[in-house]
Amino acid sequence: MTAGERMLKKRLIPKLLLKEGRTVKGVAFQDLRDVGNPVTNARIYNAQGADELIFLDITASQEKRNILYDIIARTAEECFMPFTAGGGVRSLEDVRQLLLAGADKVSVNTAAVEHPEFMREAAQRFGRQCMVGAVDFKKESNGEYRIYTHGGTVQVEKDPLAWCHELQELGVGEILLTSIDRDGTNTGLDLDLTRNVADAVDVPVIASGGVGSLAHLAEGFKDGHASALAVGSLFHFTDQSPIKCQFYLKGEGVDVRVGQ
Amino acid sequence: MIAIIDYGMGNLLSVLKAFEHLGEEARVIATPAGLAEATHVVLPGVGAFPDAMAALNKNGWVDAMQREVVEGGKPFLGVCLGMQLLAEFGEENVHCPGLAWIRGGVKRFVLNPKQYKVPHVGWNEITPVDDSLLFRGLGPGATFYFVHSYHMICEDTADIAAYCDYGYPFPAAIRRGNIFATQFHPEKSQDNGLKVLENFLAYRGA
Repeated sequence: MTAGERMLKKRLIPKLLLKEGRTVKGVAFQDLRDVGNPVTNARIYNAQGADELIFLDITASQEKRNILYDIIARTAEECFMPFTAGGGVRSLEDVRQLLLAGADKVSVNTAAVEHPEFMREAAQRFGRQCMVGAVDFKKESNGEYRIYTHGGTVQVEKDPLAWCHELQELGVGEILLTSIDRDGTNTGLDLDLTRNVADAVDVPVIASGGVGSLAHLAEGFKDGHASALAVGSLFHFTDQSPIKCQFYLKGEGVDVRVGQ
Repeated sequence: MIAIIDYGMGNLLSVLKAFEHLGEEARVIATPAGLAEATHVVLPGVGAFPDAMAALNKNGWVDAMQREVVEGGKPFLGVCLGMQLLAEFGEENVHCPGLAWIRGGVKRFVLNPKQYKVPHVGWNEITPVDDSLLFRGLGPGATFYFVHSYHMICEDTADIAAYCDYGYPFPAAIRRGNIFATQFHPEKSQDNGLKVLENFLAYRGA
């Protein structure tokens, strides 16, 4: 292999949904089940060769925000890997606090939709590589796609592809694209929308929502053209670990990091 | 004692914890006076080049680093933006003079976006140059975590300690005497990154 043939590795990213200091996981953003202590979860995923971690805090109250900072800081003490953190981020100060706690990237959904200029300012201040645009979407019964804010509860009259273009213009460095209707269902990613977005934008797309098998991972990269996959249920509820998945993907011809 | 320079840019905690994990005493230093007692100096950084240079200039860091590192010869490690600042100029938003410890500049990736997304985010392989101190003990094909839209261009290729390839080769690490720097984040590159930090600490100066 010549140097020019080397490629950036495709990434597998365990996604930890946090509620009041615990890791939880639901179906279509509902019916949450407790899946453990996030710092312990993170430690295990780190040992199993995960490429990054995503922490999304869905704790409702702002007063309990310190729990998130504490979880990130405790994880950063022993896991020397990249973290993205988000959930309820509304101000430059929120971004700064997460970065100070040890996050490398901050994901924003609702505040970006309500105040696009906030995203622009955050990207200018902290660098675009720090800001991740989180896009939650549903395929509606009429076949059209719409984005959602407020943890999947508020529909916005915007098409996800158009919104991802806007996010790119606002300066985000990555897009975290999550299918609400497939979340937790183990039915596979929304490959059509993932591919449409990944092909259309210039920034990396992290696809999420629906991965329930090894084959779904391979599809996400090969057919969905994603740069990374964020995975919840597959890691939380089955005996698949990041390293097992990496071995499988390598066998499928996907260029992933294995065993480093 | 390892001094980690806090000039208001980026994630210092991870750098601090990584050195502590290696069993070394490390401190985040908020004023240039703190450099005097350091054995090693680390310049991290995430953000925009002009803002970073403004912060370094405003707080007297430029003179203190010149004295301790360039003249005093203390081992120095720049990370990510902390590598790019060593160049003569940066091109982020506006043309801006850098520290000019290393001959060259900083440019945005110019790539076909359909093939290569920018920022360059994720794990990529590097190719160290022969007998590169920072990469001792690491096998071929070692991967490191990168997250950046700009990269350095070195006028003197002898300054380059490792290359990475993303559409074209660019410097992944540099070394000039006691001055080391990495474009990737060793503090975020798991065991490979810790090995690089360990190798840097083993260097005690000329």
